[in-house]
Amino acid sequence: MSKGKFGVHGGQYIPETLMNAIIELETAYEFYKKDKDFQDELTALLNDYAGRPSRLYFAKKMTADLGGAKIYLKREDLNHTGSHKINNVLGQALLAKRMGKTRLIAETGAGQHGVATATAAALMGFECEIFMGKEDTDRQALNVYRMKLLGAKVNVVTSGTMTLKDAVNDTMREWTKRVEDTHYVLGSVMGPHPFPEIVRDFQSVISKEARAQILEKEGQLPNAIIACVGGGSNAMGAFYNFIPDQDVRLIGCEAAGKGVDTALHAATIAKGSLGIFHGMKSYFCQDEYGQIAPVYSISAGLDYPGIGPEHANLFDTKRAEYVPITDDEAVNAFEYLSRTEGIIPAIESAHAVAYAMVLAPTMTKDEIIIINLSGRGDKDVAAIARYKGEDIHE
Amino acid sequence: MSKISEIFKNNKAFIAFLTAGDPTLEKTAEFILTMEKAGADLVEIGIPFSDPIAEGPVIEKANLRALSVGTTTDKIFDMVKRVRTKTQMPLVFLTYMNPVFVYGVEKFFKNCRETGINGIIIPDLPYEEKNEVLGVATAYDVDVITLIAPTSKDRIQTLAKDATGFIYLVSSMGVTGVRSEIKTDINAIIADIKQVSKTPVAVGFGISTPVQAKEISKTADGVIVGSAIVRIIAEHGENAGDVLFKYVKSLKDAIS
Ligand SMILES: Cc1ncc(COP(=O)(O)O)c(C=O)c1O
Repeated sequence: MSKGKFGVHGGQYIPETLMNAIIELETAYEFYKKDKDFQDELTALLNDYAGRPSRLYFAKKMTADLGGAKIYLKREDLNHTGSHKINNVLGQALLAKRMGKTRLIAETGAGQHGVATATAAALMGFECEIFMGKEDTDRQALNVYRMKLLGAKVNVVTSGTMTLKDAVNDTMREWTKRVEDTHYVLGSVMGPHPFPEIVRDFQSVISKEARAQILEKEGQLPNAIIACVGGGSNAMGAFYNFIPDQDVRLIGCEAAGKGVDTALHAATIAKGSLGIFHGMKSYFCQDEYGQIAPVYSISAGLDYPGIGPEHANLFDTKRAEYVPITDDEAVNAFEYLSRTEGIIPAIESAHAVAYAMVLAPTMTKDEIIIINLSGRGDKDVAAIARYKGEDIHE
Repeated sequence: MSKISEIFKNNKAFIAFLTAGDPTLEKTAEFILTMEKAGADLVEIGIPFSDPIAEGPVIEKANLRALSVGTTTDKIFDMVKRVRTKTQMPLVFLTYMNPVFVYGVEKFFKNCRETGINGIIIPDLPYEEKNEVLGVATAYDVDVITLIAPTSKDRIQTLAKDATGFIYLVSSMGVTGVRSEIKTDINAIIADIKQVSKTPVAVGFGISTPVQAKEISKTADGVIVGSAIVRIIAEHGENAGDVLFKYVKSLKDAIS
């Protein structure tokens, strides 16, 4: 009966209206994931169009400065469109094409997933509509224009808290209105089965490459992988091929906003509880009556009240750890990486950098940390300047 | 036969929906009784949820209004208990999986029986996940209402076979909301259902006028109206009683 379970988490809690579409997707994916033509075409796109494999860069100055473990950066920020989101989107768009769909819809928080989806739609000839909370269209104005430039229609979501969760709500609503010709390109390892599995598989290229790259460079596995967690797709991709390597610590960084002791955070593992929402059983920030909490983070991409079901299970089984990182810590790391390595990270990714700055000095010089640098920070520059009190407008 | 199924025995049933706590729980209690007097055979009481993904803007806003005045599941149970002393009409909850799950499935359905709730509709609980509540709900005599959609196709008969209380046939794609036209071939779906199930079929989503209600009641056993009622409450607030009475009566008359 219930499918797509990770321990107690996962499942398919969606309206009956969508069930046949979800079953159709599951059937198609089961077929194409083993189809050589499909996989070859995807690999060619990832390599020639998106610029894979992404580099594993030894951050020498940062390593020396922190004085502990060696730090490597998995450079997903160098992918076409500027983040890891393209890995998943190219896979899902190709799948949608094979399924005969002609229209893509997607939610977006920071705008990176929306930009990636609009890009794939332009490339493969899909009609495209993106849903983005009003709060986020304001703080990520550049990405809104980018999506329009790519030919997508951007719908500003004004319901609820006007952020990522509301964008997901409205994209689901839109899918129930028009499901025959439309594929919903879910942007993270969340939602109803088979999405958590599909998105994880398409993102697992990150750890497949990183594992081979670190073995080649260092002749040993890393001691820790650190990634930021919104819904959890870049983290899941970065963790996946290391899960069987029990000695590799897997560390997810959630957004603690103004602090986990305030009401203004999005730290699902630290502060959430078990619930059923957005198609899945997992952990959510919510009240005692199951009302979803209005979460907050400086980072639009991490400003989400839930976490993917596979992460929830990695947490339950103690295979992965999750730590909260505040706005202040993330902004500090954003500036630090810019100055130290000449790399401006996405504010989402800066949450992972921030924890590496805490962890590295506690480790020895022959130990290794890989930070998954999920995206580049161009989109965040104006918002960070404002956070620092400078009056910059895009 | 469940108490819910009985309302379909001798007439076409009129089912009304409202959101609990909009504008206040006192008014919700009053409006339920007003609608019964006007001819409603069953009332669906919406337990508000912060993120009602199957609702259009009208009911979504009602959910948020109800939450903003402090409506909680416990207060709704208290309201139901009070209403139950004044009516024998079947009452059904409509809510999402999370409020039920987080409240505690056992405690939730126990309270349903104790306060007099006869059924529940959970839009984000498909057939595949029904065991999340079915065993407990059944133990407390609460019918878990089966939803069938225009896209259900080859699933129709599987879904219908196990249905109790009534079958909620979703008339249109998309979310709840008033529609000027209903395009789905409802008759064909009802015919499919009737092959495998004796459970009455009520049609909802988008119905607002007596003409639509009458047309649908030719083949359906009942008609469900939600957004149009919620819109009246949104417009008239505490004073919605008279308008609601007239509106519900006009629909009930149209299908009688
Ligand atoms: C650069 C970047 N990293 C991370 C995320 C968070 O998503 P996830 O947790 O699915 O990787 C986003 C989402 O917008 C993003 O743009």
